[in-house]
Amino acid sequence: MISSLIAGSLRVATGALARWHGCGPELRQRIYFANHTSNLDGPLLWASLPTPLRVRTRMVAAHDYWSVGKLRPWLAQRVFNAVLIERKKPTAECNPLNTMLEAMGDDHSLIIFPEGGRQASPEPEPFKAGLYHLAKRRPDVELVPVWMENLNRILPKGEILPAPLLGSLVFGTPVRLEEGETKVDFLNRARESVICLRGTCG
Amino acid sequence: MNLDHELACLITGVVGILIVASIITRILLKRARNDGARMTLENVAARTRAWWGMVIIFTLAILLGTTGTVILFGLLSFMALREFITLTPTRPGDHRTLFWVFFIITPLHYWYVLDEWYGMYSIFIPVYAFLFVPMRSALAGDCEHFLERSAKIQWGLLICVYSVSHAPALLSLQIPGYLGENAKLLFWFVIIVEISDVLQYVWGKTCGKHKVAPKVSPNKTWEGLIGGGLSTVAIGTALWWVTPFSPLQAAGMTVLVVLLGFLGGLVMSAIKRDRGVKDWGHAIAGHGGVMDRLDSLSFAAPIFFHVTRYALT
Repeated sequence: MISSLIAGSLRVATGALARWHGCGPELRQRIYFANHTSNLDGPLLWASLPTPLRVRTRMVAAHDYWSVGKLRPWLAQRVFNAVLIERKKPTAECNPLNTMLEAMGDDHSLIIFPEGGRQASPEPEPFKAGLYHLAKRRPDVELVPVWMENLNRILPKGEILPAPLLGSLVFGTPVRLEEGETKVDFLNRARESVICLRGTCG
Repeated sequence: MNLDHELACLITGVVGILIVASIITRILLKRARNDGARMTLENVAARTRAWWGMVIIFTLAILLGTTGTVILFGLLSFMALREFITLTPTRPGDHRTLFWVFFIITPLHYWYVLDEWYGMYSIFIPVYAFLFVPMRSALAGDCEHFLERSAKIQWGLLICVYSVSHAPALLSLQIPGYLGENAKLLFWFVIIVEISDVLQYVWGKTCGKHKVAPKVSPNKTWEGLIGGGLSTVAIGTALWWVTPFSPLQAAGMTVLVVLLGFLGGLVMSAIKRDRGVKDWGHAIAGHGGVMDRLDSLSFAAPIFFHVTRYALT
């Protein structure tokens, strides 16, 4: 109830238009991966999914950011059902990969930002290896590239007050790890699949 | 504001037109043979449905009185401005300027309109906001494309907020012999602007051949402008009895509104074309964005306001 309310207000506040270009909003296990420029990215991608998909989709977020204060942990746990990972110093016990695989289980989808942090540059930074390892361990899961437009103009890194511009998202054609494909090749291809969606943003 | 007889007639007339339009589109849609015609008619049907929504909201605002009307136009300005700034790239250095523009300057301007403080709302954006925008951006320290970025924000404010607000400002004009009846003048003005758009579209679609400015807008034809313009003048003149104008004055004012609306639409098309888009947004099904409906109004409103003010008060 509160989740739907927050999802709805996020969509209205960002005027966000979600366009499904390369695939439809189907109820199946997926990993949505997108460019990352704003703290709004994860919540808005989550909010843009239709309700049946949304309740089974968890965003992967940084533990050091979402566990500060009272509001952020509440949002992360109760609303976004986020998967919090340690990005600073991963150890054997709290390896982000295992945390993500566990969080997916048999019926949950993930939202991840493979650049590892928010970027100010117009082009996404090279992807970190997590997406590759996820693809290798779960070949049955669809990997859906998503381009998020204008979110960095609504709430840029380092700002608290938003500017009410209109955001948009484009969902692209799912990619998969090909047989014999190297880590570098796959990560480059995945990054390209996000970048090439930019042209479709009005 | 009490619902006077003439206002009730106007509202009934508009609703009547919408009923007829809805029925005609439905019949034509059933008879449509090829896919092209069906596509056009489905768009017309979507537009008509959206017109129902817009007419209901606008009528409710008018009936609520000055406050309701000013708030409605304030919200429309806000939505149009966000479409405008979204399409005209700014840089991170403009972020805090934009926060001021959206959340302080725009509401403050509409507060002055509601307060009927003519001396303030007529200079607040062109003078104070005009100077404030580059000052705030300069403090942020980003010099790249500085003049261009400032100009875009100033333009957005002038077109989407300042110009549009002159429509609800009509309510504050003190016209002798017409006191307390200004809602009808605003209603008449909005009908003329929008019906001129619709009739130019209909004339252009049915018998448009010679394009006025093919590079800017392939949909604007001489046949559409002249046919739609003349039919609008006929309607505007026929409705002279709700305005403070004589029939001749009403005809002249309609000509003014039609021409300004047409040229305003052309200007906004040029910006859209330069940015490589067809519509300003997606807020109204079948129409595109809010700015796609307000473009003619924003160019016609300030001139209509000042000519009326000069001639009648």
